[in-house]
This record gives sequence, C-alpha cells and structure tokens, in this order.
Amino acid sequence: MRKFLSTKALIGLALVLLVVGIAVLAPLFIPPERATQMVMTARLQPPSFDFLLGTDQLGRDLFARVMLGAQTSLTIAILAVGMSIVLGLPLGIISGYYGGRVDNVLMRLIDALLSFPILLLALTISAVLGPNLQNTIIAIGVAFTPFLARIVRGEALRIVQMPYVEAARSAGTRDGLMIVRHILPNVMPALIVQATISLAFAVLAEAALSFLGLGTQPPQASWGLMIQASRQFLDLAPWTALVPGTALAITILGLNLLGDVLRDVLDPRAR
Amino acid sequence: MVNQKEAAQPLLSIENLRVQFEGETGPIVGVKDVSFTVNPGETVCVVGESGSGKSVTSLSLLRLVEFGGGKIVSGRLYFRLDGGEATDLAQMPTERMIDLRGDRIGMIFQEPMTALNPVFTIGRQLTDGLRRHRKLSAAEADTRALELLKEVRLPEPERRLKQYPHELSGGMRQRVVIAMAMACRPQLLIADEPTTALDVTIQAEILGLIKRLKRELGMAVLFITHDMAVVAQLADRVVVMRHGEKVEEGPVERIFADPQAEYTKALLASVPKLGEMRGKPGPEPLRIPGQPEPVAPSPPTESATDRPLLSVNGLTTRFPVKGGILRRVVANLHAVESVSFELAHGETLALVGESGCGKSTTARSILRLVSPLSGDVVMDGQDILGLDPGELRRARRNMQMVFQDPFASLNPFMRLRKQVAEPMLNFGLAKGSELQDRIAFLFDRVGLPRDFMRRFPHELSGGQRQRVAIARALSVNPKLIIADEAVSALDVSVQAQVLNLLMELQAEFGLSYLFISHDMAVVERVSHRVGVMYLGRIVEIGSRADIFENPRHSYTRTLLAGVPIADVTQRTLKENAEFKPLPSPVFPVGQERPAPVYEEVSPGHLVLQND
Repeated sequence: MRKFLSTKALIGLALVLLVVGIAVLAPLFIPPERATQMVMTARLQPPSFDFLLGTDQLGRDLFARVMLGAQTSLTIAILAVGMSIVLGLPLGIISGYYGGRVDNVLMRLIDALLSFPILLLALTISAVLGPNLQNTIIAIGVAFTPFLARIVRGEALRIVQMPYVEAARSAGTRDGLMIVRHILPNVMPALIVQATISLAFAVLAEAALSFLGLGTQPPQASWGLMIQASRQFLDLAPWTALVPGTALAITILGLNLLGDVLRDVLDPRAR
Repeated sequence: MVNQKEAAQPLLSIENLRVQFEGETGPIVGVKDVSFTVNPGETVCVVGESGSGKSVTSLSLLRLVEFGGGKIVSGRLYFRLDGGEATDLAQMPTERMIDLRGDRIGMIFQEPMTALNPVFTIGRQLTDGLRRHRKLSAAEADTRALELLKEVRLPEPERRLKQYPHELSGGMRQRVVIAMAMACRPQLLIADEPTTALDVTIQAEILGLIKRLKRELGMAVLFITHDMAVVAQLADRVVVMRHGEKVEEGPVERIFADPQAEYTKALLASVPKLGEMRGKPGPEPLRIPGQPEPVAPSPPTESATDRPLLSVNGLTTRFPVKGGILRRVVANLHAVESVSFELAHGETLALVGESGCGKSTTARSILRLVSPLSGDVVMDGQDILGLDPGELRRARRNMQMVFQDPFASLNPFMRLRKQVAEPMLNFGLAKGSELQDRIAFLFDRVGLPRDFMRRFPHELSGGQRQRVAIARALSVNPKLIIADEAVSALDVSVQAQVLNLLMELQAEFGLSYLFISHDMAVVERVSHRVGVMYLGRIVEIGSRADIFENPRHSYTRTLLAGVPIADVTQRTLKENAEFKPLPSPVFPVGQERPAPVYEEVSPGHLVLQND
C-alpha cells in the first residue's frame, strides 16, 4: 500500500478525479447553451472577467466549452479504448497462445488493418456507419484494435515459453485456465501501459474525425474539435489552442501517472 | 620478469573498502570494510555465493562500480604502477582511471556472448585498446593483434581478425576477450567468473590458458568465482566472502585442508568432489556441518513385474531449420537421435553432456512438450507417444518436471499456495480442507515455513523457489520427476540442500528421477545410472561406477578430464588443454545418421561403436 500512496500516485489520482469530476458535474452546473452561444462582438477575446478563459472565433465562451467538452472527449476516449481492449485482448492472446496457423491467419488480418492509416480506417468506418457519437467510438475502437492485439500477442508469445507455463501444462492445466491464470495476469502490465497511451491518442483521433466532419457535430463541444478550430487563429488568439490543449495534457498526465501506479499495484513484485 | 625486491611489496592492496548502493529505503552496503592484498605474479581467488560482494569488489578496483549505481564510500585501493609508488585508485581522477583501465589492469567478464560488441570485427575490437593506450599505428596494431590471438591459441588467427563475434563459438569468444585484456600486458588481470557460462571442456581450456599466460607474463590474477573446484585448481591464495564481508583469507592449501570459519567449512562440505563417491553403492547425500544428518535413498526397488517404470526406445526429435525466401525447410537440427534407455522404479538416471547435446530436448520429448519424430516412450506400461490430448493430460500426472531457472518457473502473479494447489485441482485430487492440509504437508516436506504459502515468488530466494517448484511437482504424487538442470542455477550451499532434499524425497516416496545436468560431480553424487550424451546420442550408458570408474567412450573420458576437482592435492589443470569443438548438429534434409550400435562391455554398460 505504501507505494500506492506515493506522491506520484496522489497527483495522478487528483488529476484524473478532477477531470472526471468536471466531465460528470459540468453539465449539471453549466447550461449547454453557454457553450454554443455566440457573441459576435466578443470574438477571439483574451481571458477577461467576463470570459474567464477567453472566447473563440465565434465569440463562444471557452471556459464553458472546455468544461462541457470534457464529457464528450472522455466518453469517446474511454469507450473507444475499452472497445479496442475488448477486441484486441482476446485476439492477441489467442494468437500468441495457440501460435501456428491460428496466429498466422489472425496476424495477417491484423496486418491488413494496420496497413491502413488509422485515420483513414476510422474515417471509412465512420462514413459507412454515419456520423454520430456512437459510430465515432466504434470507428476509433476498431482502428486502435490492431496495435493493442499486436502488443498483447508479443507478450503472450513470450509468456507461453516461460517454464511456469510448461510446468502448468505438464501439471494438466487446460487451455482456458491456463489463459486466465497464467497468461492474462502476466499480459496486464504491458496492456495497461498501452491503454493509457491509447487514451491520449483517442482524444486526438476524435479531434481529427470531428475536423473532417465525422466525429462530434458542431456546435457541440469537444476538446479535439476546439484544438482543430484554433489552428487558424494561433497567432491572433493562442489561448484558443492553449485552453483545450492544457485540458488534454492534464488528463493524459493524470492517466499516465495513474497507469504507472496501477501497473505497480497489480504486479506483486513491485509491492 | 618480476625481481625479488618488487615481489616483496604487494601489487595491489585493498584497505577497508566499503561500497554502497542507493536503495529505495536508504543506502545498501555491498562491500563492508574488506581488506586484502595481491602480490605480483600471484593468483588470488575471491570466492563466495551470490550477494557476497565479490563482483562488486572487483568492479570497484577499476571504479566500474560507479556505472552500476555504486559508490566507494571509504577505503583505499593502493596499486603499484610499474614498480613505482603505490597510488590510491579510489582517489584517482577519472581521466587517469580511463588510461589505466585495459592498460595496467585488464578485465575479463563472465559472459563471452555480451562482452564483445556484435557490430565490430574481432580485429577492430582488439586494436582499439592498443591504439588508445600504446599509440600504435593501424598496421602495428594489426600485427600485434595477430600475435595476441596466437598467444591465446585461437585456431586460424588471421581469419578471426576479420570475423564478427557471432561467427565464433563461446570458447573462442572468451579467448578473444582474454586477448583483449592481455593486449597491453597488464600488471593485474581481473577475471570475474570467466568460465561460469562455458561448458566444462571449454572451461578447462580457458583456465589452462589463464594459468599459462600468468606464468609466462608474470602478471597477477584476481579471480572471482563461486566454484570451489576452480579455486582448488588455480589459486595461490583464497579470500572467502559472504554478505559483503571477508570471512577468511589464506593460502589455498590451508583453506582446503584446515578451514577456520564455519562458513568456509560449510561451503567446502557442500561441494561435491568428483571421485569421492568411488566404491560407494548408491547415491549419498552431502553432509553439511550445522545441518541435520541427511537420509540416504534406498536402492531401487525391484518391481514385482520386473518392468521398468520408463522405457524409451529409439527416441528421435528434430527441429526444422527454415531458410530462403519461401521459408522452406533447408535442414534439420538433430536434437535427439535414436535415444534408448530404461529407468527403474526408485532409480535415478542422470543424462549428462554439454550444452546443445540434446539432454533437455530428450526430457521435453518424453513429456511431449515437444513432439518427437519417432521412437517409443512407454511409461508404466502406457505408450505416451500414442496418446490423444486428453489421455496425455492424465498420463502427465505421473511425470512432473522441475526446471532450471527458479525465477522463471513460478508465475510471478500467483500466490505460492495456489501454485502448489493448481496441479491437484486440475486432477481433482483434493479439495477444501483436505487440499489445505496437503499443501501444508508439502510445504513442510520441502522445508518451507507454512507462512510462505501466502507469499508471492519474488519474496523468496532462488533456493526457496526451487523448493516450491519441487512441492508443486510432488503434489500429484508422480512416479517420475524430470529434473532439468534443477540445481544448476543455485549457490553451492543451496544446491547441496536441494540435492539432499531430492534424495530424501526419493527415499520417502520411491520416486524415480531423470536427472539432467552438465555437472559431473553433482551427477556422481545423486545417480544410480548415468547416460552420457553427445550430439543428440547416448554415447555411453551404465551404472555410476561404470561411467566414472571405467569410462570407455573417448567423449566420456574427455568430459571427465575437463572437470575441475575441488581438491588442492589433485591439480589436474593442463596449461595446453585442447578439446575438439562440438560439431554442428544441423544436417541437410533427408540425411539419416546410421542407427547407433552399442557394445555391451559389462552387463548394463553400453558404449556407442559407430560415431
């Protein structure tokens, strides 16, 4: 437990709680129209008493938008990464554990998916299914699956060759139990690291999709959308990029710190 | 040559060396106030088990310990440079230290596979030091490099200079590492476990080489090892270390004949000495001072049916070597070739041989952890190779395995209780309180405290983990335990305890062991019968007395000749030892090796005739 309560862990936990708190609570306190209300006389205003974090090119309050956008961005990122785990973990484990022909077929499939640029893949899925929140999640989730499956497979391949797996096999452990007891726990450290990194990329992927008109639909706010929109005004109004960018950085920092701690807590060797 | 006046003064004098490492909870002391001296032309062996601080001491001399996070906190390291005044290496500026490393003090490391840089040629690596320290021109350095390779007796030295490390065998690489260390004619050579990773015959060559170079060049050698047998063969003086402290120091004859410290006595008693089992009928546990009197296993029980427990006939396992763009099988690695033997109830059959001889693959083929190409394996009347997966799973209950690496053979994420329980649960042998009782019994039986049951593997030492692995193997009441180098990774004192445990368990449960090892002295201790493997084949098999007292096959004799004996009065080390390198076991597709023909020189003692 000592390690779990380290400074690193506390900072990570505080940051993640802050962001999750905002995502959950912001819609209750900030009326949604605050984020969409355009004040044409106050476009690209620097932070002031009226607009705590300034306004964007349409005169919308960035404070309201970043607070309300938290929910959209986090929901998409967490569900998309969750989906890539649900798909990629079994694929990777089966591929690495059984090897041979199963592995060959599955990995060629994964390679085929990998050969598409992530964004193009997500774009295609999103375009086919139609642009809405749910489909954005599916698109990003599927696009991220091959990376996760690859990493899990690599770990599984290594673990299958460990003497403790051979010992369990000669002690009559069946495949199902072998995977649950011996392979899965040992894959977890690598999985957690990959998942936390993926969360950051998912937020950005959502932004890219939104920019292409397939992710979050304007005027609804998401961090990614805000970052994309700020591009043209970087010299005039850098805060339009800094506000959502900082929010994203805080989230990712918190998740990474927490991910490290989670990995240590799960690993009995580090306790 | 060393003159008399110089010899009177020590070349190296370590005074109260103290080295600390930064730990999470504060500094950890790696070496505690160790003092000893090395005289010119003398071989001093620092011997100790893992964690004794012997390597840290040697690394401190070159101040290399700083790269591993260590710090020389106090103490003096006086080194007499070319007969001049003694300088304190601990206080020397880093720049001068760099000049000294590889010039006046040479170092040989344990792992010849990683001590050379894989992307540079041998020649380049040899000449680097010469050009740096001796300011030789490229041509001069090349000439000198060639001389050095000749000096370490590397075959075809001209060709080697242009080769890369991966093209050389382990023994040849270690010769290159020695040549590099010798390049500038150092006054002191530090050798940190230089033969631990090598096979016995190669070890004998390398030790002989070090001995010859020391004599010819008159340099001092500081030899770090865990192996008492190597100490007995090589040392002039011995420093025994434990937990970072010096336990005892003295001339090698005195240390072996009349050890003073309890620890030294226990260490010496723990080392099996080749030849000491001569004339004894069966395996015999080691007597270790301070440990309870061990129980000797009874002779193999004569089964009523007179049927061997395990009978292996013509077992052949090959691994395809793929190559080319199409990844077609271009050759086969003949790991196991027509291996046949029988193992009786309650008997220990040892398979010995050097790395790559196929002894581990034989074991794994018997359990069908790899698929053999052909042959028969009959275990307790059941044909193992003909079983379907379900039957195989049940059959494996009678055959359990203990692996070499105690760190890798337990699942790091599982509590020990669960790991020992797993085989029993798999076969539904016990549940509830019966299961708990059985686990507790097994922990008691292998000598582990019961509160270890709730622990995770990383909380245990190597020897304790190996005990857990043995408990796990025992849990299903197997008839056969295959021990694949099960004690090789352990410290000698722990090795002795685990060996004794294995013998006790054999006496108690009537177990049969297939004991796979490269260590002839250990094999002589534990086995009833011995099979010697070479290139996938058994070249000689017979009772322990047959193999050790009357070896017939030339390879068996070579193997026995290479083993260092932990006895100062029997210095068998040859300065010019040359053994045939192991040929490759890779053969073109379709090439069959002739079936082995054995001559029975006495009942049960078979010697391969055609190889």
